[in-house]
Amino acid sequence: MSPVRPGHARMLRRRRLVAGVVAMVLASLTLAACGSSSDAKGVTITLYNGQHVQTTDALVAGFEKKYPSITVAVRSDDEDTFDAQIVQEGSHSPADVFYSENSPALEFLQQRGLLAKVDDLTLAKTPAKYNSPQGDWVGVSARVSVLIYNPSLIKKRDLPTTVLGLANPKYKGELAFAAGETDFQPIVTSVLQAYGTATTLKWLNGIKSNASAHVYPDNETIADEVNRGAVAFGVVNQYYWYRMRAEIGASNMRSLITYFAPHDPGYVIDVSGAGVLKSSTHPVAAQEFLSFLVSRQGQEIIAHSISFEYPVASGVSTTQPETPFSALAPYPIDIAQLGTGERAIALLREVQLL
Amino acid sequence: MTSTTATNSSVDLDGAAALSSPRQRPRRTALTAVSFAVVAALALPLIFLITEATDAGAGNIWHLIWRSLTASLLWNTVRLTVVVTALCAVIGTLAAYCVERTDLPGRHVWAVLVVIPFAIPDFVVSFGWSSLSTWVAGYRGAVLVMTLAVYPLVYLPVAASFRGADPGQEEIARSLGASRLSTFFRITLGQARRAILGGSLLVALVILAEYGAFEILGYQTFTTEIFSEFSVGFDTASACALSLVLVVFSLIVMVGESSLRGSGHVTRSGPGVQRVITRRPLGRMKLPVLCGFVALVAAALGVPVGSSIYWMLEGGAHAIAGESLLSSALYTAGYSAAAALVSTFMALPVALLVIRRPSALNRLLTRTTFLVLAMPGLVVALALAYFSEQHLDSFGYQSAPLLVFAYALMFFPLALVGVRASVAQAPVALEEIAGSLGVPRRRVLLRVTLPLVAPGLGAAFCLVFLSAVTELTATLILIPTGVQTLATQFWAYQQNLSYAQAAPFALVIIAIAAVPAYLLGRFFDRLPVRHDARAVPRVVS
Repeated sequence: MSPVRPGHARMLRRRRLVAGVVAMVLASLTLAACGSSSDAKGVTITLYNGQHVQTTDALVAGFEKKYPSITVAVRSDDEDTFDAQIVQEGSHSPADVFYSENSPALEFLQQRGLLAKVDDLTLAKTPAKYNSPQGDWVGVSARVSVLIYNPSLIKKRDLPTTVLGLANPKYKGELAFAAGETDFQPIVTSVLQAYGTATTLKWLNGIKSNASAHVYPDNETIADEVNRGAVAFGVVNQYYWYRMRAEIGASNMRSLITYFAPHDPGYVIDVSGAGVLKSSTHPVAAQEFLSFLVSRQGQEIIAHSISFEYPVASGVSTTQPETPFSALAPYPIDIAQLGTGERAIALLREVQLL
Repeated sequence: MTSTTATNSSVDLDGAAALSSPRQRPRRTALTAVSFAVVAALALPLIFLITEATDAGAGNIWHLIWRSLTASLLWNTVRLTVVVTALCAVIGTLAAYCVERTDLPGRHVWAVLVVIPFAIPDFVVSFGWSSLSTWVAGYRGAVLVMTLAVYPLVYLPVAASFRGADPGQEEIARSLGASRLSTFFRITLGQARRAILGGSLLVALVILAEYGAFEILGYQTFTTEIFSEFSVGFDTASACALSLVLVVFSLIVMVGESSLRGSGHVTRSGPGVQRVITRRPLGRMKLPVLCGFVALVAAALGVPVGSSIYWMLEGGAHAIAGESLLSSALYTAGYSAAAALVSTFMALPVALLVIRRPSALNRLLTRTTFLVLAMPGLVVALALAYFSEQHLDSFGYQSAPLLVFAYALMFFPLALVGVRASVAQAPVALEEIAGSLGVPRRRVLLRVTLPLVAPGLGAAFCLVFLSAVTELTATLILIPTGVQTLATQFWAYQQNLSYAQAAPFALVIIAIAAVPAYLLGRFFDRLPVRHDARAVPRVVS
């Protein structure tokens, strides 16, 4: 039997297979092309979104309705990945706007000179203490750190009321926190600000030993694990608890939240904000988007969405059954002091939590 | 690899190939040039790592690498890699033996079912298990989840190897008085040794780069630490420095594998001896073995699928986003298929080069391509972002071709494993006969070489496709703006704790991946039947 004949027949079959695959690929690429060309009415700005996708989608929908000539193309990822990515992209970054969950991600870009000044009118809508001190980004919403606990494992009266209390050896095996989470370093920075390096190091070693196996990668995990009883209590931002309740239903909630003592350094407000990139090719439209985020309309969307974050601008307050923003009693640490969290990270590394 | 040609046939075709006629020289040069280009493309992430790590400064890197957390990361990474690799080797080999060499009832069904778990994203497996019980966490959780997710990487090559092995040797051993057990260990496993080692190498490299599963399980390894460096410090330089440690790990694993592989040749008595393998009756072991398979499939396939369905039903209030499900499924399939195609055709020249011209340099170059498997997808994606910014003015950045290229790079080693095995089995003599009959070179390639290696190309395509379908971290950086894949949609919902809405995306990933997994299972299942006229293709890596 000659090897060429059957090879030929097989080759025809293979050609058909390859042609099929190529057609499939081309079809999907065409689909992609169509997707973007239908956006080509007026200006399209690209939003790098480190915020929760659903909140952002609601805001973008509201914005596009108000400004029909501007389309917002959204990319979502973790805010820290975006920071690394924007640095690599340099002056060619496709991003026009960066919307982050926490201020350090924005402060980092500001330090590197990658953000443009925000319009004064936009900045004026948010109380100055929630904006970039340099005016390179605007505060959009806020969250507060709380303790989430499982009442079947620990009574409320047995919980610590101060952040230093977390390091009390009696909580060994009961505490959970997420050392690598961007929400946690502001608390470390705050403790550092209040008590200095030596105390902070001692405190970090204490909570590390208390948490041991319960140092989790993120707040979602802490909320889940406390709720299902894998660990007694943990440090999270308030909105994770509210979101979990909205998602799994009040009847499945086995956990509660409580606050630190008023003005304790563990009682920290985290600000989520947005900035325009210096490399933006559509700076005017990008500024319009920022202005919308802090407008009454944008803030109402945040207030009514299931993001459970506190609106901070245009005098809008949350409609959710949360402790009102004005009733909170956080530790007085400002955005500049929170910075990029460099010192907190150095300490976290020193005690080998990172 | 050490002289794979020894495994393929009684005739030493390599000697003939080494005599170069002037006619063949241009083709050799072209082959070498194309292969070097492929190897250079695969070196891009490594170059990026070194460039970035240098920015961190030697003192910083030294401090970062030698602090004591690194010791615990090292211990975590090593014990996980060793234990999971060993477990995968045992489970994969036993499963392959039972399916290929015994009268296991329903073996055609099992042959497919045991492959599908490879197609389930690790973050879905770990999510499924960790939602079952708090017991599944930390080290034991990581061992359980990773073993269930990657043992098919051992199963596939070993099953193919059992199928192609020469049963005559076992019969001879038995007739010389060796016990069944000793025949199994000394002959049967001996014949499959290269396949077992090759599969284990892939497992070890994949575990080194794993991130998603450990994040959910709360287990720290070098790779999760690299991600933390990005996340809290926004510190690309340190992350890259740590990635270099991963590269060193991979080198150690690869050197270990090639020294274990040794110089022992597994030789067939001749290409004509392939015949129907007599299946060993399981007898009293039938029930326990069947229970073992049921347990394996229930754990590796049942739990993730079951928990996805549970979450979907639990959150019945949410409407299933049918439209986005369909479009993201199409994109996922399209990108993955394109990547599989590119990767397979990149692997072909490299495989031809290393098998047909097995010089030390060529072997070394081929080995370096395996390093990319141990690099986190985030690093590969940032490397491509960096190079497109530096050298192409960001042309093509966040476009479909670049994403496809990224996948093709990341999963190249899987393609190479598949293609190399087939190339090693394809007799060069046939090409030379065609050449001597006056068939032009290009037509020899198309009409002789390609059909001969087609089975390996198919296997390579499926392996890359399966891996690309579940890729997340590089996808988030490189995907065209506005496009979603199944993995990015799953991630977006999971981030928001919307498990009910995330679940359908996990199920569609499994469904899409089941098709090539099925083909792959069937393909390996049918190998000798289709190709018994020629040397038997075998996956050895």
